[in-house]
Amino acid sequence: MEDGVKKFLYVNRKAPYGTIYALEALEVVLIGAAFDQDVSLAFLDDGVFQLTKAQDTKEIGVKNFSPTFRALGDYEVTKLYVEKESLDERGLTADDLQEITYEDEDDDWAEKPSIIIVSRSEMADVMAGQDVILSF
Amino acid sequence: MKFGVVVSEGPYTHQASDTAYHFVTAALAAGHEVPRVFFYHDGVNVGTRLSIPPQDERNIQEQWSALAKEHGTDLVICIAAAQRRGLLDKNEADRQGKDADNIAEGFRISGLGQLIEMGIDADRLMTFGD
Repeated sequence: MEDGVKKFLYVNRKAPYGTIYALEALEVVLIGAAFDQDVSLAFLDDGVFQLTKAQDTKEIGVKNFSPTFRALGDYEVTKLYVEKESLDERGLTADDLQEITYEDEDDDWAEKPSIIIVSRSEMADVMAGQDVILSF
Repeated sequence: MKFGVVVSEGPYTHQASDTAYHFVTAALAAGHEVPRVFFYHDGVNVGTRLSIPPQDERNIQEQWSALAKEHGTDLVICIAAAQRRGLLDKNEADRQGKDADNIAEGFRISGLGQLIEMGIDADRLMTFGD
């Protein structure tokens, strides 16, 4: 930890709909962004479904909040770690996920991908390097 | 050590709020600090003063209220999660035009910023959930 900045990791393990955990996790991320901490998100298990493209919730009568993930870059939330094994186990690939990008202020505002696909063991390293982990 | 504690499941259905309570009492007894407990998701339901569990069962809300009274622990209920689930303090009931409020003694309603602040301030953040 340096200069009072902590590394926060929000771990998303559950499907976007069916329970409220994913939506209320995102609400924490958006509020937390105002605190100028070093923020990362992790998606594993059914949590990887949160990032899939072309979500349509009309028939279940709940709000489709997936577009909000594309706005995270504006909140300086730019590291979304997605576990490859969780994708594989569900028949998903990186192509099934939304394109989520941010503008890198240290690189002339170049547009860069926020999603980082990592292996299960790399995910363990990501978690080990955090100060605060909030699991949803 | 200074602990921050999150309770993210509701009382009675899940053991999370009981386990959190046991953790906090044990931590305090061992000389640690637990300045704040944050209630999120269905965990906000711990803070209603209107629950009436059978007399031969523990009363989870009363346990927490007594703990807050004895140790000054700040019991914070997330306002966004609380409003969805019908948890209101007097101010919020008046503001929203509702005819009742139900927050128990020792609990207060506030924003998610209190959760982040607790994460920054604490040496360890513990989540009690499913």
